[in-house]
Amino acid sequence: MESSLFFGLSTMAYILAMVVYITYIGFRKKAIGVSATGLTVFGFAAQTLAILLRWKEFYQMSGLGLLRSIPLTNLYESLVFFVWCLILGYLIVEFRYKNRSFGAFVTPVAALALLFISLSGMSTQIEPLVPALQSNWLLAHVTLSFISYSAFALSFSTGLMYLVVTTKRGEGAYMFWTVTLGVFGAVLLAMVIDFIRFKGAGLAPGSEAFIKNFLFKSTYKNGETSVRLLSYLATILIVFVTWRYGGALKKIIEGFKLQPATLDEITYKSVAIGFPIFTLGSLIFGAIWANQAWGVYWSWDPKETWSLITWFIYAFYLHARFLRGWRGHKISMVAVMGFVAVIFTYLGVNLLLSGLHSYGSQ
Amino acid sequence: MASKSNSISDKVWSFFSSIKLAIAIFALIGLTSIVGTVIEQQASYETNIRVLYHLVGRGLAPSAYRVLDALGFMNMYRSWWFLSLLVLFAVNLLVCSIDRFPAIWRIMHAPIKPLGAEKMMKMPIKAEFRLHVAPAAVESTALAGMKSAGFKAARHEEGDGAVELYAQKHAWSRAGVYLTHLSILIILAGAVAGILFGFKAMLNLPEGYSTNVVFSRSADLSDQEENSIRASLMGALDSAGGDIARAAQAANEDPAAFKKSMEQAGLIPLDFQVSCQQFQVQYYGQTDMPKAYRSLLTVIDHGKPVVSKWVEVNHPLKYKGVMFYQSSYGLVDDLSNGIAVLSVKPPDGQQAETERLKIGQSFQIPGTQETVRLAEFNPALAFDDSGKPITYSQMMTNPAVRVEITDGKGPGVSKWIAQRYPETWRLPDGSTVGLQDFWGVQYTGLQVRKDPGVWIVYLGCITLALGLVVAFFMSHKKIWIRIEPEQKRKGTRLMIAATSNKNRPAFERAVEKLALELEKGGK
Ligand code: HEM
Repeated sequence: MESSLFFGLSTMAYILAMVVYITYIGFRKKAIGVSATGLTVFGFAAQTLAILLRWKEFYQMSGLGLLRSIPLTNLYESLVFFVWCLILGYLIVEFRYKNRSFGAFVTPVAALALLFISLSGMSTQIEPLVPALQSNWLLAHVTLSFISYSAFALSFSTGLMYLVVTTKRGEGAYMFWTVTLGVFGAVLLAMVIDFIRFKGAGLAPGSEAFIKNFLFKSTYKNGETSVRLLSYLATILIVFVTWRYGGALKKIIEGFKLQPATLDEITYKSVAIGFPIFTLGSLIFGAIWANQAWGVYWSWDPKETWSLITWFIYAFYLHARFLRGWRGHKISMVAVMGFVAVIFTYLGVNLLLSGLHSYGSQ
Repeated sequence: MASKSNSISDKVWSFFSSIKLAIAIFALIGLTSIVGTVIEQQASYETNIRVLYHLVGRGLAPSAYRVLDALGFMNMYRSWWFLSLLVLFAVNLLVCSIDRFPAIWRIMHAPIKPLGAEKMMKMPIKAEFRLHVAPAAVESTALAGMKSAGFKAARHEEGDGAVELYAQKHAWSRAGVYLTHLSILIILAGAVAGILFGFKAMLNLPEGYSTNVVFSRSADLSDQEENSIRASLMGALDSAGGDIARAAQAANEDPAAFKKSMEQAGLIPLDFQVSCQQFQVQYYGQTDMPKAYRSLLTVIDHGKPVVSKWVEVNHPLKYKGVMFYQSSYGLVDDLSNGIAVLSVKPPDGQQAETERLKIGQSFQIPGTQETVRLAEFNPALAFDDSGKPITYSQMMTNPAVRVEITDGKGPGVSKWIAQRYPETWRLPDGSTVGLQDFWGVQYTGLQVRKDPGVWIVYLGCITLALGLVVAFFMSHKKIWIRIEPEQKRKGTRLMIAATSNKNRPAFERAVEKLALELEKGGK
């Protein structure tokens, strides 16, 4: 698999770019900034090539036709595509707004996602497609969904940064972002622990068997009451630390020298781009595909319902902004919540709800 | 509409047109939907009590279940209160749009007027400069510039020789939002049409069978009642050869009443027969992962076959508004009626022939003395450690038949022939007997749907997409250019003003570009 070579290269390039972007914020030397951008562009090119190669491999292996073979069929491939869209979105923002500092925020997300893939031992195998997934509507559905997710991810990070730089301890909005970030971090940590501990089991994270047998079994769902208790305490501790030392993060982000107004504008722009794409790609194309495959365009299954909830939150964002004139903290919190719903639609429904519904899990 | 009178109807109107109500409904639909994704919908008691064990503990789970059940959360998307929320949402959207639309309509149709210097300088986008060129020349460049930017300019001349050029475009884009809202109503209307005039059913149809009845869930019967009523109705129907009128007659009932009792038991009669000729699965390589599966369905209308089609996942069959979707498959309980389809090739390389036979039957390989008897069928053949044949799955994943071959003299040979493994087809004497199919033991699982509302829903989806594109990517733009002659310096005072209801920065850049051109032209 030659594609894995280029995936490796792009992961390394993004990690290096992250370091260089952060250095750039420290020194503000043009040359450093240019090399950070160069690394990102290089990583992006390598990743593009890797995706194309994988596409080719899949095409040759499955014998399904070119469009049907687009590598977007499992958790691994979708995470890679998500990172690709995110970096593309970031590069566009960098060239449009002529500001590099934001890269110090985005490249770590990309690097973390890719590292998460390799750490978790997630299956990177090319898997054959079950018949229901062999549809061009599905292709359009998944591609556009991920593009919109990336736009929403961008609005999430700018919305969050807006909150970080404009709030102080004691304010409700400060509480909101520290708790969100803290819980986020704690859950991610718990998942990484599971993945590392049960790596040997050879199951793909996100696969039903993995969710049923291992997810959160090292922490929140451990057999020992004491471990469970400890996990919840640790979560509270992480949230507390985020709350107590949120000011440090504020200092860092203030170093980016981004105007809150610019952040707010990027948040809105990303939502305004993500919303129509999400509507078309996720809701409409998803419905058409479901109708082709099963004869129901809408069945209120948890995944559909969560995308509807996500859609409502962003519709709320737009109406609150335009009709009630919401600005500042309030509207940024809505943007952050919107992306939390996106993550839940994408991962939580599979990881948490199906775990709850699977038989014999306790 | 905007009047401040306080009559009841005005109050009702303003309640339903309020954004606050919209926000409350958004929140209510969202929050209750979350509950609906946690509680598995239309599931068994055991399933959801287990979910509740996880969430509230064993002690509280039964009472939590009772409360949620009483509130309708076990089938919440069909509960009266959730449907009421959706209706409220639709009414809110409709009233809100009607409330605002007249004002928007006026804005869309208001002709643009000259502004005058003073008002121009109060516009969001504006510029002013002086040029050493005669006003007439400036005017013609300005006109060309406006034209290339897509504006059709009108001209107004004042007494003192000042000229104002002004134009607007995409005024209609203000309706985009309303198109978006309207589409949501269209989609909801399509959904309602589907519920009222359509049905959702399923059908497990074995190879070689045909039927004119499909099965849906009956709303108010218990499983037991449903089964017994269904059994008696299906029995009556079968003895009447599938003819509803005759079955009704035999039961001394009116055909309409008979149909009605069928529907109450979740039996939906079709106006035609559908039969499954054949069902096939294709696997990825030698694995048991299906790559594709399909059924050959034939529709028989008024006794005549009218359509035959291979139905696959993502490729349904449609007849008279009823759709048949491939959704699952399986083995029937009784495997003894299957027919093995064998291709037989004698050792001398002559043309292969096809033999069809049941268990226990035999045939002679042409041109030889060998008799082949079909002894046994195994849908998923495997061998255990001691070499004994076993059936390793509930599906026909590795169909195989055991044949006994004798030449009438010595003791016979017994041999397994597997469909997926051609190397097992070779007989000791060099002839080959391949298992092409074991027909009649698989059923195809079909979802059967009739949804006359789906085209309305699709129409709504198209207008929704269009509406969003217009709402987000187009804007109502206005521009004014004022050209005043300056007598003293033989030049021109040029003013530009512009506004757009959305995406102002982009329009601002376009106007700057125009201004730059005019300035250059003036030097
Ligand atoms: C999920 C359902 C809804 C969607 C997808 C939706 C979509 C939109 C969009 C895209 C806009 C344009 C925002 C912009 O200018 O950027 C808008 C504006 C608006 N929406 Fe909605 N909307 C929904 C529900 C509602 C409801 C229930 C109401 C009723 C109160 C409502 C009232 C309005 C109003 C009054 C405007 C402003 C119209 C104007 O500019 O004249 N919307 N909506």
